[in-house]
Amino acid sequence: MRLPPGYLDYPYRRPGMDHARYAYSNLFQRKPVTWPGEARVALWIVPTLEFFPLDMAPKPVKPPGGLERPFPDYWNYTLRDYGNRVGFARIFKALERRGLKASVAMSCRLAERYTHVLQEVKRLGYELIAHGIDMHHIHATGVPREVEQEWIERALATLRKLSGQPVTGWYSPAYSESSDTLDLVAAAGCDYVCDWVNDDMPYALNTAAGPLYAMPHAYEISDLQIFHFYKYKPAQFVEQVMDHFDFINREAATSGGRIMALSLRPWISGVPHRIAAIEQVLDRMAGRAGVWSATGAEILAAWKAQQ
Amino acid sequence: MRTEDPGLYDYLPYYDRPKITWPGGAHLAFWCAPNIEHYELNPPLNPSRTSWPRPVPDVLNYAWRDYGNRVGIWRMMAAMDRYGVRGSISLNVAVCDHFPDIAAACRERGWEFFSHGVYNTRYTYNMSEDEERAVIEDVKASIRKWSGQELSGWLAPALTLTERTMDLLAEAGITYTLDLFHDDQPLPVNVRSGRLISVPYSLEINDFTTLFQGNATPRDYTDAIKAQFDRLYLEGAENGQVMCLPLHPFLIGQPHRMKQFEEALEYVTSHDKVWFATGREIAGYYMQHYFDAFAAAIAESRRRDA
Repeated sequence: MRLPPGYLDYPYRRPGMDHARYAYSNLFQRKPVTWPGEARVALWIVPTLEFFPLDMAPKPVKPPGGLERPFPDYWNYTLRDYGNRVGFARIFKALERRGLKASVAMSCRLAERYTHVLQEVKRLGYELIAHGIDMHHIHATGVPREVEQEWIERALATLRKLSGQPVTGWYSPAYSESSDTLDLVAAAGCDYVCDWVNDDMPYALNTAAGPLYAMPHAYEISDLQIFHFYKYKPAQFVEQVMDHFDFINREAATSGGRIMALSLRPWISGVPHRIAAIEQVLDRMAGRAGVWSATGAEILAAWKAQQ
Repeated sequence: MRTEDPGLYDYLPYYDRPKITWPGGAHLAFWCAPNIEHYELNPPLNPSRTSWPRPVPDVLNYAWRDYGNRVGIWRMMAAMDRYGVRGSISLNVAVCDHFPDIAAACRERGWEFFSHGVYNTRYTYNMSEDEERAVIEDVKASIRKWSGQELSGWLAPALTLTERTMDLLAEAGITYTLDLFHDDQPLPVNVRSGRLISVPYSLEINDFTTLFQGNATPRDYTDAIKAQFDRLYLEGAENGQVMCLPLHPFLIGQPHRMKQFEEALEYVTSHDKVWFATGREIAGYYMQHYFDAFAAAIAESRRRDA
C-alpha cells in the first residue's frame, strides 16, 4: 500500500488550531467569571428527548442508541420510546420537586408527535434546545448543504412555532456535524451549540454568519457515556458526577465560576433502577450553597456580559 | 518481509538476571509519561488506518481529545507539581508549533521531551525508509528547538511502526524505545547498528487502555496503579524494576478523575525506595551500569539454549 503524496506535509503546523473555527485558549488563562448571587457553579441540566424512527438507517454515523436490528426492531424502538412516554416524566418530576431549571434538547419530530411532552416542557418553563429533526437525520459530511440547511431550519422553525420560544441553542443529533453545520446554525438564528466537548466553559466559534458559542456539554459524565458506553452502575454514576462537581466547585474558588452540565436521556436515566441515582446527585448538588440552577441561554448571557 | 517474531530481542529468564539497583538504593524507578498529542481535524489518509471513527469532521472525537490541550494538561500538570513528580512527555512535536505555551510549560519544569511523532494522526505504516528518516530528523530538530534537549526516546505515533523503525532509531542516536511490552525491566534491543534499549512503558496502567478502552472507573484505575506499584516495589527489593504511568490529559484531566489521579500520586510518592526519574535518566543509568551485564546474560542464555 502506498501513502498519498504529501503525507509528510503539514500545512497547518503553526500557532493556533489546525482549522479556523475557534482560537486556542488555555482555560486557566481566561478572565474569571462570576455567576448571579455569587454562585460558584452554574448547574445546567440538559434532558435530551430524541425520536428514533423505526425505519431509520444507521448511516453515515450510527447514533448512540440507534436502531440496529433488522426491521422491525421493536426491541430498540420501544426502549427509546419508553423514555419519551415514561422516563422523561420521572426526570421532569425529579427536577420539579427540587425546583430546578432545565434546557430540554428535543427532536422536532418528537415535539410534533408527542404534544404532551412539549406541553410539559412549556408548563415547567424549561428552555428548548433544537436537537435536529430526529435521530435518523444525522448532520455529517455527505449531506448536501442545501439539504442540511432545510433540516436545520425545519427543526428550529418547528420548535419555535410549537413553543413560542426563540430557541437559540443547537445540539446536533449524535454530536455530529458537517463542515457547514456551524455556519448554517448561526445563520438560522442560534446563539450556541452543544456539540464541542473540548472545554469546561463557553467559548466563541467563528462562523460565516457571525458569532456562535460552544457550551460545555461534559460528555464524559453524560448518562450516555457512563451508562450506555462505559456500562457503569448507578452508584458509580453518582461517584463520578459528584467527583466532577466537587472538583469544579473547588476550582471555582480560585479560577472563577464553573459550569456543571448534566446530560440526561430518559431512555437511560429515566428507568426505575437508575432514577434514584439521578435524584441523589440532584439532591447533593441542588442542596448546596453557591449553586445556580439555570438554562443554557441564561448561563451564556451571564458569561457573555463579562467578556 | 513478514516474520513469525519481531526478532528484536532474545529470551532472558526472569530469574537470575544481573541485579539492578537504582540510584539511592531504590527498588523501583518510577516515571510518568504524559502523552501530549494533537489529532488533526482533517489528516491525509494512511491506507492502513483511518484517523477517525466518523466522517471528517468528527466533531465529537476531535473535541474530546482537544480538551486535553485546553483544559486537562493544566490540571494534570498542577497535580504533578504538587507531588513533585516530573513528566517525560510523549510528544507529538507539532503540538509545540500549535500551542507554544504547552511546550514552554513543560520546558520550564525541566520535563523530558521524547518523541511521539509529529501528529497522532500521521501513522508510520507504509512509510519508506527515507520518509521514516525524515520524520525522525524532523522530531529531533523540533525537540532541540523547543526544549534544548537531544532526543533520546521514542514511542511511535499512535504506536504505528514498520519493521525498520528500531534500526532507524538506533542509527539516529536514539537510545530507548517504548513500543515493546515484553518485560518489566529495560533490555537491549537487537538493531543493525548502535545501541538501543527497551524501557517499560505500559499498556496495562495506561489511562487510555483502562479508562477509555477498558471501561475502568476512576477508582478502578487508581486501584490498578496501586496494585502495579505494590508488586513491582516488592519485587524490586530483589531486582530493580521500572514502573511507568502513561497518561493522556484529555482523559486524566477531566474533573471527575482528578481526585483519583491525586490519590495515585499521593500513594506512590509516600514510598521511600523509589527513584522518581525521567525516561532518559532510566535509560542512561541502565546503559551505563547494566547494558553490558544484560547483554552478556542474554548471550549466555542463548548459548545454553543452543
